Amino acid sequence: MNINDITSSGSRATREGFGQGLLEAGGQNPKVVGLTADLLESLQMQHFKKEFPERFFQVGIAEANMIGIAAGLATAGKIPFTGTFANFSTGRVYDQIRQSVAYSHKNVKICASHAGLTLGEDGATHQILEDIGMMRMLPGMVVINPCDYNQTKAATLAIAEYYGPVYLRFGRPAWPIFTPENQKFKIGKALQLSTGKDVTIFATGHLVWTSVEAAKQLATQGVSCEVINIHTIKPLDNEAILDSVSKTRAVVVAEEHQRNGGLGESIANLLAHKLPVPVEFVAVNDSFGESGKPLELLEKYGLSSNDVANAARRVLERKKV
Amino acid sequence: MAEFDQLKEQAAQVRRDIVRLVYNCQSGHPGGSLGCVEYFVALYGKIMKHKAKPFKMDGKGQDLFFLSNGHISPVWYSVLARNGYFDVQELNTFRKLNSRLQGHPATHEGLPGIRIASGSLGQGMSAAIGAALGKRLDGDKRRVFCLCGDGELQEGQCWEAMMFAAHHKVDNLIVTVDWNGQQIDGSNDDVISLGNLPAKWKAFGWDVLVLEQGNNLEAVAAMLQRARRRTGKGKPVVILMKTEMGHGVDFMAGTHKWHGKAPNQEQYESAMNQLPVTSLGDF
Ligand SMILES: Cc1ncc(C[n+]2csc(CCOP(=O)(O)OP(=O)(O)O)c2C)c(N)n1
Ligand SMILES: [Mg+2]
Repeated sequence: MNINDITSSGSRATREGFGQGLLEAGGQNPKVVGLTADLLESLQMQHFKKEFPERFFQVGIAEANMIGIAAGLATAGKIPFTGTFANFSTGRVYDQIRQSVAYSHKNVKICASHAGLTLGEDGATHQILEDIGMMRMLPGMVVINPCDYNQTKAATLAIAEYYGPVYLRFGRPAWPIFTPENQKFKIGKALQLSTGKDVTIFATGHLVWTSVEAAKQLATQGVSCEVINIHTIKPLDNEAILDSVSKTRAVVVAEEHQRNGGLGESIANLLAHKLPVPVEFVAVNDSFGESGKPLELLEKYGLSSNDVANAARRVLERKKV
Repeated sequence: MAEFDQLKEQAAQVRRDIVRLVYNCQSGHPGGSLGCVEYFVALYGKIMKHKAKPFKMDGKGQDLFFLSNGHISPVWYSVLARNGYFDVQELNTFRKLNSRLQGHPATHEGLPGIRIASGSLGQGMSAAIGAALGKRLDGDKRRVFCLCGDGELQEGQCWEAMMFAAHHKVDNLIVTVDWNGQQIDGSNDDVISLGNLPAKWKAFGWDVLVLEQGNNLEAVAAMLQRARRRTGKGKPVVILMKTEMGHGVDFMAGTHKWHGKAPNQEQYESAMNQLPVTSLGDF
């Protein structure tokens, strides 16, 4: 698995993959129902609504109510998919999720678009960078952040077949597509993208592509990276992580999230217990975002491919001593 | 009437500003902004006692304004700039990197005129109530104004705030609802009907005023004055203000489709041709 074999074929937003996946899941299983809080097309749920109007519910701008109704639908054996922006899917309704969905172990799929900085111009009020942390703290919650259109579609289909609460996180902008069409998505199974010996880069969501770019850049300088896509943040694929790290003994974690509470913290936690090695974090460092274009923002907040490459160089220095 | 002539000229300029703001950054919310021009121009130009410089967070001795439906930041930023809160040229930075003019209003970058962040809907009325209570505790006789969207009223927190304000007789507060009948996914009636809105506010214990002509500057100003006269009488006051979303630009008017979309070049030119040039000049 050579990093240079990974190329992109066009780009589309991950939320479009969700929209397609939901449409197909609806066709496969009549128990699948959809709900939105006045953000139908932002979530790309218009396809599902058109095909299955009787199984779709417009809740209006009332996210807390939407989570409660979804939990109730789940008690009736339905498989509800709620759709709104990531901020209003989590922070806005944390206690509703906690009590009615997570604690009650309801089969609700909380589907969240416009996560992270790449939401862009709407700015910090909408750019949630704490959602992974909030959701992964909830006992029994599955947390998934796929990396491209194809994978988001596959993940949407997979969570429809899984019983239990799931947080599915995706984004707004068009983003390179580089994973196979019609892939089978395995919840909780990390995906290795390249083999390498010097450093392991774990990444999730949009930053998987960013990490691939970084690894290509590093390869030209003779640094060999193992890039691993952690699409499922919870449950974490401990085995795959420990396997790779026991070989490279140097780690970078990249995510479009706060450093506090994110994937980096999860992995560092695992490594602290089982295999202490130097770790560098590519994540937002305890600040809010702001308005701007997606790539400009990733650059300003230290989440570009150069930042991932620099983190790898730093961790290699630390590995030496 | 000379005063209204000046305010009307400002309103015309604010409409141009709104279209230019969203066109320049190819994002933002023109529809609700255009519908609320008369409200903002009247409020800052005629109704509120307020001081642009130096801007004071606590606003002691001044009337205060809170925007709950933060997505209509273009109209607010334009009116703040045109009232001297910051340089009109700064409007060029709207929604761009390193700007104080965030997509949704924020205090984080220190933009004068903003007292609390908004953008996540349903929170502004609560904040306005808190500020009104603060004035009451301080013996400050000035009033607190707040604008909400109609779709926004679907958020439960709005109704919690309404109950509180009536229960605690927060009568130094004037809330206005931008009753344009539209939101993102369609009309309010298509999404989640608000039902009999005046009756609901009345049932929640508010003094309710309905304004049919929310895009008529004199009518808006007169209604705001009337609302002010009804404060201090034991009840919070609400103006249900009928407006036209996208007012002033024919292809944006009366539809939810321009809630949060920027015009392309052709649409921009068409809009600017419809909006009269003013002596104030574009930013
Ligand atoms: C809590 C929350 N949920 C959803 C949104 C997304 N959103 C932004 S504006 C809007 C519609 C608001 O409707 P209305 O208040 O009528 O404003 P108008 O469209 O008339 O400007 C929605 C759903 C949000 N900003 N905040
Ligand atoms: Mg509205």
